[in-house]
Amino acid sequence: MNILVCIKRVPDIAGSVTLDATGTGIDETGLGHAMSSHEECAVELAIQTAAATSGTVTVLTLGPAEAVEQLRAAVAVGANDGILVEAADPSVFAPEDIAQVIGDVIRDRAEAGQTFDLVLTGDDAADTGDFQVGIRLAYDLEYPVLTNIQTLNAGGADGGGGPGGERGSGRIEARGIGPAGTEIFSLDLPAVVAVHEGGVDPRYPSITGRMKAKKAQVVEYDAPVPGTGSPRIRLELPEVKASSVTILGEGPEAAPALVDVLEEIGVIRP
Amino acid sequence: MTVVFVETDPAGEVTLTSAEAITFARSQLLPDGGAATSREVSGPPSGSTEGVVIGPLSDAAVDALGRLGVGVIHHLEHPELAEYSAAAWAQAIVDVTPESGTLLASGTPRGMELMAHAAVRTGARMAANVIAVDEEGLLRQVHGGTAFERLRLDGDLQVLTIAGHACTPKETTPTIPEIIAYDLTVAEADLATRVQRTEVEAADDASGLTSARAVVGAGRGVGSENGFAEVLELVDHLGGALGVSRVVTGLGWRPHAEQVGQTGSRISPDVYIACGISGAIQHMAGIEGAKTLVAINTDAESTMVQRADYAIIGDLHEVVAAVNEEIVRRRG
Ligand SMILES: Cc1cc2nc3c(=O)[nH]c(=O)nc-3n(C[C@H](O)[C@H](O)[C@H](O)COP(=O)(O)OP(=O)(O)OC[C@H]3O[C@@H](n4cnc5c(N)ncnc54)[C@H](O)[C@@H]3O)c2cc1C
Ligand SMILES: Nc1ncnc2c1ncn2[C@@H]1O[C@H](COP(=O)(O)O)[C@@H](O)[C@H]1O
Repeated sequence: MNILVCIKRVPDIAGSVTLDATGTGIDETGLGHAMSSHEECAVELAIQTAAATSGTVTVLTLGPAEAVEQLRAAVAVGANDGILVEAADPSVFAPEDIAQVIGDVIRDRAEAGQTFDLVLTGDDAADTGDFQVGIRLAYDLEYPVLTNIQTLNAGGADGGGGPGGERGSGRIEARGIGPAGTEIFSLDLPAVVAVHEGGVDPRYPSITGRMKAKKAQVVEYDAPVPGTGSPRIRLELPEVKASSVTILGEGPEAAPALVDVLEEIGVIRP
Repeated sequence: MTVVFVETDPAGEVTLTSAEAITFARSQLLPDGGAATSREVSGPPSGSTEGVVIGPLSDAAVDALGRLGVGVIHHLEHPELAEYSAAAWAQAIVDVTPESGTLLASGTPRGMELMAHAAVRTGARMAANVIAVDEEGLLRQVHGGTAFERLRLDGDLQVLTIAGHACTPKETTPTIPEIIAYDLTVAEADLATRVQRTEVEAADDASGLTSARAVVGAGRGVGSENGFAEVLELVDHLGGALGVSRVVTGLGWRPHAEQVGQTGSRISPDVYIACGISGAIQHMAGIEGAKTLVAINTDAESTMVQRADYAIIGDLHEVVAAVNEEIVRRRG
């Protein structure tokens, strides 16, 4: 089964942030970058599924030229090749623009003879958190879509992508956590699946993986001028509230003071 | 008009986050379509708030919706929708969505998924995790809550999800909602992604965590997979639930269902006791709804201690063990 994973280069944020000069983005000076955590799990699921079906994994990103680093990071852990859709400033793209551009690239690759049975995304990107690119992409491709998926099982799938990726190129079982327990889906391919972290542990790159990543084959496209355009006016930072902590004490001696607080709230079982 | 997708729990009650979303719809400056509105931000709504319920509709839910100010409940109970299928459910919502105004749901996984489908089906734009609406437009959480995005969605209809705990549910003058039962012809293609079956295992049930009045949080400070004895005993004394940081699930010490934060559960207990958790923004995103925050940490400068209401500085194993002993001692 041939799998495409859509990954996004995002700043790695640990603490508080400052805004850039335009006020429409965060100041990325000094911040590292990574793909979003849901996408790391999507890449891992793709590698496992491709291995089980003798298929391939391609990673795609729409981002600045530097986003090739995230494509290489995916190749280092086992993806086969990458597609960079270059956009100097991806923040001007609306989620619907991103979905549309990715859809166009997928159709173009199909014409070039590269088809995908399964397209994976994350549930939401760590920076914009729009929760919709995967779903919009599925509608654009006219594929069914699942979200909030944690594991995949391609057992029983024939694993072969038909030319043009038409329906009937396999079936996949997907599991995710719903409000009442683990939900199990069974889906005809091609399809889009949006992944939620937690079902698999992303692997670390091996030395040979890193070597391979340096020479990774990356097909490049230029992203067109966005059609819709981002609805963003500006970013704002939350107020930093002054600490109003009451220190109950140090070490085990402070335990009775905490039990007093818990009794006051009324949460200790009689 | 504003339409809210209402989620109910297995007992048929309106979920807390849906009650929040309805309160949000009533109290924020949402365009209600057509006529220009010059409503005060906190003023009474000039449009009406309607709810959509898919599946069984209990008397308790009707009553709760009436108290929350929902005038009309669109109710659909359809055999083909008994099992969840995002595409089919979204179409059911779209069928009662007005051409102009606002469609919204709470920012739960279901809410996010259904609103995205509905946005595509209605040709609308969608904003996730909105926390406020005013004259300038919408404000929503981005970068895991580290920053807010101010944005404006054009088009007659806007589709939103409301961030958990963006507002507290408030009741209003009770009304008796009009219940409009409706039907739907379900497209076969929309059932392709239907849930085949649901497996209920204790390990992936996060519902105890999201409804617990007391949650004991455990982070990297616990030290190892075998370091949870004291915190679990405290959970037991409080009749509460265990919540953990992503480091803990990432290391495989505890299942993901127990994770609290941006990519885990968002909780709103009366008290959250964070043991050995530093307070990364992505973790804090999950505990904004906690009424009282207690930190037990060796580092007095950590964000968790600084943001807490109460803190004990010290080794969590020693402190929590002493707390357990004290609780047992007072029980006599
Ligand atoms: C996109 C994204 C999503 C994320 N989503 C989540 C999420 O949903 N939930 C989440 O939790 N994190 C999430 N994270 C990770 C987050 O950034 C932090 O890495 C994580 O929360 C840190 O976990 P921690 O506090 O347990 O560990 P650390 O940050 O390592 O903190 C350990 C703390 O324990 C204290 N400590 C150490 N020993 C002891 C002791 N013996 N007694 C008492 N205290 C002690 C230390 O002083 C320190 O404060 C996400 C990150 C990203 C990038
Ligand atoms: N610029 C992008 N390049 C590649 N994939 C993207 C991009 N933006 C979003 N995605 C994918 O869509 C998912 C959901 O993103 P979003 O709707 O923006 O929260 C992400 O987890 C990615 O898998």
